[in-house]
Amino acid sequence: MTDNINILIASSNAKRQSAERSFRVYGIFAIILSLSFLFIMIGSIGLRGATAFKQSFVQIEMEIPSDKIDADNIKRARFGKLLKAALRDSFPDLKSRKEKKQLYKLISSNAEYSIRDQVLQSPEIIGTKAKFWVRASSDVDMYLKGYIDTNIPEDQRRISDLQLSWIGKFQDAGQIESRFNTRFFLGGDSREPEQAGILGAVIGSALSLLVCFLIAFPLGVFAAVYLEEFAPKGKLSRVIEININNLAAVPSIVFGLLGLAIFLNFFNLPRSTPLVGGMVLALMTLPTIIIASRAALRAVPPSIRQAAIGLGASKVQTTFHHVIPLAMPGMLTGSIIGMAQALGETAPLLMIGMVAFIVDVPQGITDAATALPVQIFLWADSPERGFLEKTSAAILVLLVFLIVMNLVAIILRRRLEKRW
Amino acid sequence: MSQDETHTIDIIGKPSRHKIQEKIVTYFMLLCSSVAILTTIGILASLTFETFAFFQKVSFLDFLFGLEWSPQTALRSDQVGSSGSFGAVPLITGTLLISAIAMFFATPLGLLSAIYLAEYASKNVRAVVKPLLELLAGIPTVVYGFFAALIIAPFLRGGGENVGLVISSESALAAGLTMGVMIIPLISSLSDDVINAVPQSLRDASYGLGATQTETIKEVILPAAIPGIAGSLLLATSRAIGETMIVVMAAGLAANLTANPFEAVTTVTVQIVTLLTGDQEFESAKTLSAFALGFFLFIITLCLNIVALKIVDHYKEQYD
Repeated sequence: MTDNINILIASSNAKRQSAERSFRVYGIFAIILSLSFLFIMIGSIGLRGATAFKQSFVQIEMEIPSDKIDADNIKRARFGKLLKAALRDSFPDLKSRKEKKQLYKLISSNAEYSIRDQVLQSPEIIGTKAKFWVRASSDVDMYLKGYIDTNIPEDQRRISDLQLSWIGKFQDAGQIESRFNTRFFLGGDSREPEQAGILGAVIGSALSLLVCFLIAFPLGVFAAVYLEEFAPKGKLSRVIEININNLAAVPSIVFGLLGLAIFLNFFNLPRSTPLVGGMVLALMTLPTIIIASRAALRAVPPSIRQAAIGLGASKVQTTFHHVIPLAMPGMLTGSIIGMAQALGETAPLLMIGMVAFIVDVPQGITDAATALPVQIFLWADSPERGFLEKTSAAILVLLVFLIVMNLVAIILRRRLEKRW
Repeated sequence: MSQDETHTIDIIGKPSRHKIQEKIVTYFMLLCSSVAILTTIGILASLTFETFAFFQKVSFLDFLFGLEWSPQTALRSDQVGSSGSFGAVPLITGTLLISAIAMFFATPLGLLSAIYLAEYASKNVRAVVKPLLELLAGIPTVVYGFFAALIIAPFLRGGGENVGLVISSESALAAGLTMGVMIIPLISSLSDDVINAVPQSLRDASYGLGATQTETIKEVILPAAIPGIAGSLLLATSRAIGETMIVVMAAGLAANLTANPFEAVTTVTVQIVTLLTGDQEFESAKTLSAFALGFFLFIITLCLNIVALKIVDHYKEQYD
């Protein structure tokens, strides 16, 4: 009898142990699967984006004739014509217009301006034969980076056999070089992938975040102080509290609709500007800042308040002289995290028109601008192969900004926050 | 004596001046905290106003029960389909389909991760895994959208071709899966909090009766945490319904009324973005319909949030 029971227990024990193990394995599997998505995502985007930081350049030897270029009026000179002539001189056996057109397509369409700028910088080269490094066109750049498969039929790829032979000749002569792509960081948007840069979008984002911070931080801190330190625990503060929690969960696109209907259509503020973008983002980040600031205030021990009040300070004095300074690090870290969220926000900015094609870098908060995540969205929509690389690189830049902001928040918290 | 008198005057004199200042400061702070309420009122007012204008042009019942969505209004009134049709049903089913795929995918992964982190993981593992999961939550949705369109959709399409399935390159599955990845950390961190809030005494009692750790989790902790977990799942659903960039970049534009996850569907948020970006004439039914959709989205997510937050609050009070 007892034997039977012992066998029963032993067999059920084995079952229970294996159930224990398998459940544990499920948990580990779930975590590994979730994290593998993170690594696949960042890895695949990183691999695609890394090449965008380099750009191929072609060296062109070119006559700068003094009879065609007036040293006092270099800007008016027609460098495009000279450049095309120089290209034709490198391959003199071309006859048909079609072939010539293909030849011109090897270099970026704005190459003539970069030559003009170089001549402007050193006018003494007028009348001589000089060598210039100019940007290769995006198709050539993509080919050199190995993104264009030359095994597929000629009519299905962006670069012809003839062009390939020219590129080969340039390469043999050492006239092709891969250089760090400064324009990507210092230029505005462009229709041509090889000329496109993110500076305009980065400045647009920075200006929007500035507006957002200037509005949301004081508002959020004062609101949190009121709710935590002053508000009578009545119906009104309860309503405000529920309201704030719910606002934090409203879809971001609804804030965009609010911005469109109220800021743009009702108050007639300028469309597509960092001013309105920052205002919409401020309303979105406000709940985050309030919630974080309240937590920071709650972490200040009551003994501080009691001591201040015991020494005769009023409620307002206690709060502003003692509680707020002690809670400031927590409030700041909460705000930085809120700002980081705002930096990645795209949908509400689409609603208020920050989605236009804008070449110029914005100079102020009322200039039309775009933002970094919106730029990513715009480039992701472009069919050109060159923009795929640029999109990935812009994502990397955005992620770097986000990581830096979060690190600053973490360091700030470790450095300044007191444990009571 | 005279010194005492001046003191008295000081004490009486100062507070009254201070009192006014402090009153002003307090009211100013009250004003700041009311901005949150003003924002809600602003959202409601702007959405209701435009929605009302929309329903003067299109009947409410056509909007709510119409099966066809094609908001293009023609330039000339004699053209075919000049009025456009504004039936929101395909958008709603599309939104629900994608959200359901996301939740179906994210719920087990998020919950199991949370259980493992809360109950099994050592301190060191927790210290590494938790921030990594939070990183997943901190990645902007536009990045997820790009990932969906660039990697997930072609991958599913290719995989489908291999087994003889036709999977659209803008399939609901691709958008839903990607959204699921985005939601995993949300579910896992909320559920982690909820599971941690279950009192230790319940665990100890269960172990004392000879239950294994798995049995304790399945029979004691999860039943105790179910309301909180339900709340966090509701919050995650509301997040999925309101998510915009992933679906804008990975889901379709055409309003298909289908439950097939391999086909392209469109969502409420995609339509809002499409209707309001690009050239728009205000006061046209097309533009106004975006606000009606926004109103609808706001109400649905608000209800989900209120219910979810109530459940979570109630649950936390239970164990406080």
